[in-house]
Amino acid sequence: MSIRARFQLDRGEFRLDVDLDLPGRGVTALFGPSGSGKTTLLRLIAGLERAPGYLEVNGEVWQDETHFLPTHRRSLGYVFQEASLFPHLSAQRNLEYGMKRVPAAQRRVDLDRVLDLLGIGHLLERKPDRLSGGERQRVAIGRALLTSPRVLLMDEPLSALDLARKQEILPYLERLHDELDIPILYVSHAPDEVARLADHIVALDNGRAVAEGPLAATLARLDLPIRLGEDVGVVLDAVIGEHDEAWHLVRADFAGGGLWVRDNGLPSGHHVRVRILARDVSLSLSHQEDTSIQNLLQGCVSQIADDNHPALVLVRVHVGEAPIVARLTKRSASTLGLVPGKAVWVQIKAVALIG
Amino acid sequence: MTHDDFIAIWLTLKLAGVTTAVLLLIATPIAWWLAHTRSIWKSPLGALVNLPLVMPPTVLGFYLLLALGPQGPVGHFTESLGLGRLPFTFWGLVVGSVLFSMPFAVQPIQNAFEAMGPRPMEVAATLRAGFLDRFLSVALPLARPGFLTAVVLAFSHTVGEFGVVLMLGGNIPGETQVLSIAIYNHVEMQEYGPAHWLAGGMAAFSFVVLLSLNLLARRRET
Repeated sequence: MSIRARFQLDRGEFRLDVDLDLPGRGVTALFGPSGSGKTTLLRLIAGLERAPGYLEVNGEVWQDETHFLPTHRRSLGYVFQEASLFPHLSAQRNLEYGMKRVPAAQRRVDLDRVLDLLGIGHLLERKPDRLSGGERQRVAIGRALLTSPRVLLMDEPLSALDLARKQEILPYLERLHDELDIPILYVSHAPDEVARLADHIVALDNGRAVAEGPLAATLARLDLPIRLGEDVGVVLDAVIGEHDEAWHLVRADFAGGGLWVRDNGLPSGHHVRVRILARDVSLSLSHQEDTSIQNLLQGCVSQIADDNHPALVLVRVHVGEAPIVARLTKRSASTLGLVPGKAVWVQIKAVALIG
Repeated sequence: MTHDDFIAIWLTLKLAGVTTAVLLLIATPIAWWLAHTRSIWKSPLGALVNLPLVMPPTVLGFYLLLALGPQGPVGHFTESLGLGRLPFTFWGLVVGSVLFSMPFAVQPIQNAFEAMGPRPMEVAATLRAGFLDRFLSVALPLARPGFLTAVVLAFSHTVGEFGVVLMLGGNIPGETQVLSIAIYNHVEMQEYGPAHWLAGGMAAFSFVVLLSLNLLARRRET
């Protein structure tokens, strides 16, 4: 189960040259700044654009030197930036448009299941112009899913929506990820979406894949040449453990220990992701007793690298198995005498529970 | 009004109906091609299609008469097929009207296809619809206002045609004598009564056509 994609495109000012072997399950984020070629890559995979190359999706060759399978013969779902519902059809007939064109024997995704998953059952009679932006995009996602695709391609499906609408849709996307066994290629330039949804990440810059790998390991790389800026940080898998009812806190247990975070009602045993930004992490050589910071963990420096600004460094510390990245000034790194292998205390000021 | 007048009215409606039907079949692929091509032939072909907008109808009629006549290339062809000659027949008028009204059918359809943009057809392709399927299920319904305008304009433009008909069809009652020519005949004979009936009828018809187009356009906006 995998997606092999190799393309070379030369349009003068814009070049794309990628050779990717992506996992055939989970969410793979194609991440990068605008103009990096994310959308073009997605359109090439869909067959909406042509460039010489090779494409194989879970064992089926869609393009090689001699063959090019037209888009409508490819078992894919595509969600565009704008919902692009057919304005002359009701939500229901939009949903059924692709489903009806797939032979009944090949339909694996059930209409009622999709309506329930996306919370759109009550919208069926409405025409697209009577739906909100978020509702339209949910119908568009459902429409793509109902073709029972081998792969779901999503081109910044949230970027045309305001923050509230994004928050409305993200939980549904997480449910897709958790409950359906359809690999998703998710184009985004928003680090928070990627941190929340992706299992695997491909960082694109200038038409090239500059980094690729599992989310946690890739985000913890200090040499990532893409500019995450203020968003440099790690994402860790964790399980909700002990609740501290008196203080409304819960402990999220990860591979390197436990982190106390605000209790937002998740039960013990629930799998979550926690995101720790490098700017919220500081280091000290001794255990600080008199500090407001609740999360203090013991770790070991594994790598030090320059940051964007000459005054700053990024320090990767391993806490047990888990990598955590801290952003410090060069001066404090020098004062502390940080070198790989040195034992340190990691002080984490803020932890975000995502998903 | 004479018996010939009623025949002329019927003939005119028949000519306009047949012309509109033929035009829809021809203009749709031309409009699609003009809306999507990046070929260097787009501008020359577009100009050719729109030529009747600026060319005097008598000029078009004159060249058609030559082309369709026994000495013309098309005339040779139709005779060799056993279809006979087209000038001074109903079907000759259809050929002339189709060419003459072509821009009135192509332009609104082309505009509608262009306004639609490539996205709806791309979406349909990702939903397993082949070209003809998505053309019929997505492009046609979305371009419906353009088709409606094309039908109304092509029909009414054919109804009012005079120059091409006169050059190509002459004035044969029951075969090529359409309304506008019947009016001309009445005026020539100084029969102003029937001329008024026919001319007034056409003026009212034109007004109703434009009014309904306007109302349709307004209903679409709300």
